[in-house]
Amino acid sequence: MKRSEKIIEAFLLACSLLTVLTTVGIIAVLLFETVRFFEVVPIWNFLTDTEWSPSFSKDQQHFGIMPLLAGTFLTTFIAMAVAVPLGITIAVYLSEYASNRVRNIVKPILEILASIPTIVYGYFALAFVTPYIQQAFPSLELNNFNALAPGIIMGIMILPLVSSLSEDALHAVPRMLREGSYGMGATKFQTAFRVVIPAALSGIAVSIILALSRAVGETMIVAIAAGNKPTLTFNPLNQVQTATTYIVQTVNGDVANDSIEYKTIYAVGMSLFIITLLLNNISFWLKKRYQQVYK
Amino acid sequence: MKIEAQDVHVYYGQEHTLKGVSLSVKKNTVTALIGPSGCGKSTFLRCMNRMNDLIDNCKVSGNILIDGVDINSPSVNINELRKAVGMVFQKPNPFPKTIFENVAYGLRVNGVSNKEYINDKVEWSLKQAALWDEVKDKLKKSALALSGGQQQRLCIARALAVEPSILLMDEPASALDPISTSKIEELIYNLKASYTIMIVTHNMQQASRTSDKTAFFYMGELVEYDDTRTLFTNPKKERTQNYITGRFG
Ligand SMILES: Nc1ncnc2c1ncn2[C@@H]1O[C@H](COP(=O)(O)OP(=O)(O)OP(=O)(O)O)[C@@H](O)[C@H]1O
Ligand SMILES: [Mg+2]
Repeated sequence: MKRSEKIIEAFLLACSLLTVLTTVGIIAVLLFETVRFFEVVPIWNFLTDTEWSPSFSKDQQHFGIMPLLAGTFLTTFIAMAVAVPLGITIAVYLSEYASNRVRNIVKPILEILASIPTIVYGYFALAFVTPYIQQAFPSLELNNFNALAPGIIMGIMILPLVSSLSEDALHAVPRMLREGSYGMGATKFQTAFRVVIPAALSGIAVSIILALSRAVGETMIVAIAAGNKPTLTFNPLNQVQTATTYIVQTVNGDVANDSIEYKTIYAVGMSLFIITLLLNNISFWLKKRYQQVYK
Repeated sequence: MKIEAQDVHVYYGQEHTLKGVSLSVKKNTVTALIGPSGCGKSTFLRCMNRMNDLIDNCKVSGNILIDGVDINSPSVNINELRKAVGMVFQKPNPFPKTIFENVAYGLRVNGVSNKEYINDKVEWSLKQAALWDEVKDKLKKSALALSGGQQQRLCIARALAVEPSILLMDEPASALDPISTSKIEELIYNLKASYTIMIVTHNMQQASRTSDKTAFFYMGELVEYDDTRTLFTNPKKERTQNYITGRFG
């Protein structure tokens, strides 16, 4: 009895150690290669140069991360512009207006959106959304590859993240608080928007940040539909290359493993890592800071 | 009569929770509702401002007249009703807003936007609730930073701001320390001049200290309803006698 428990304990410990070691290993490699990259390319250039062209010949090579971040920022921004208003509206509807029956039907359906493979989304953006916008609004002269269509589709993909987590947060607001509001003659709408949402704000913010970091790290949709040309632009009709797309392209291309061009992927990966790490920390902090209030 | 309840029945689904309660309340009096846990005191109180409408499977029948008007008739605007019948809950439930905004809330949701009027009303309400001196320098601070007793008085101020004529209090002091409790009781005494008050309490001393009339509920029925002094010193029913002397419940 005691012996078998010890074995189980050792096994569990080994499992958790393995996870920790893997994480540490990944970060170590990332860090190591990034430092090697910055031995060749000054970090200042990396941050301020407005061009990204590592595959060009030596004298025309540029290593400015800005175009890639612009691509990431643009697609993410569009996705958030879709997911946040829609997601919160859905969450408020489900939590404050819908009957239990409706909620129990709609919520799982929404969550299906999150389980569609991203490659399907990407294909959908490229093969349906872009042509549709081109046909409906020819005057826009939308590029075949653009930030708009994958941005919108990415917004749909992260929608359940926002709506589901926000709904949980709204639902967790004590009924007492709603009754306090109704008790003074407030309408349902006033109660929802002036009392329940503010009370659930930290949970809603956390859902938004998680969706944000998911959008920043999303690869397949933008790789398929946003294009492959690093462009420092904020015009959603243009083609852009996101940080993730660049990494995919370079890893798949025939670039020598010890070349500086190959090392760029570590620097870009590190930048992404730092961004998502920051976002996750903010959400963790928000959760801790504001969650206790109504216990 | 300010409030007249006639043969009120309440069902939660199949459960028959209130079984024909009739009770009349005079203007500017305090009525205490007492009885063992689960006997339907809160349920009855929540009929007065139709708070039970919010509960999916709850059905209310019978007549409840306030100032002679049946509050369940279709012509009654429920938001107006709830404005006129303020409610204070068992646990303080301030909104996650500033102290000022908590009190101003009822005015704002009822369409008041005149700044000066709101300022005056907030001050007046906080004074009525005997909280003004303690918070006048931190109106812009979060209400959640107040103590439990202060929060409860804030909730009273919040209810008073929309000028109700009736105040329903469901065990308003049960979560508070003795000093805060006595402050609330004193407040109830002072508010009686301008409001008709119904208070649910488990505390017999509190009922006898604060109320003019007391209603004893048992298993969904109104067993006895009389002047507080009579009910506590000379109850007519044995059930009441047993309850107030602590022999059960
Ligand atoms: N929302 C609800 N849904 C179903 N049943 C309810 C609901 N609220 C109250 N009840 C039932 O109605 C009965 C009376 O409840 P009520 O809250 O009115 O009692 P009470 O006298 O206020 O008790 P307490 O002193 O514990 O507050 C209880 O049996 C309770 O289970
Ligand atoms: Mg109760």
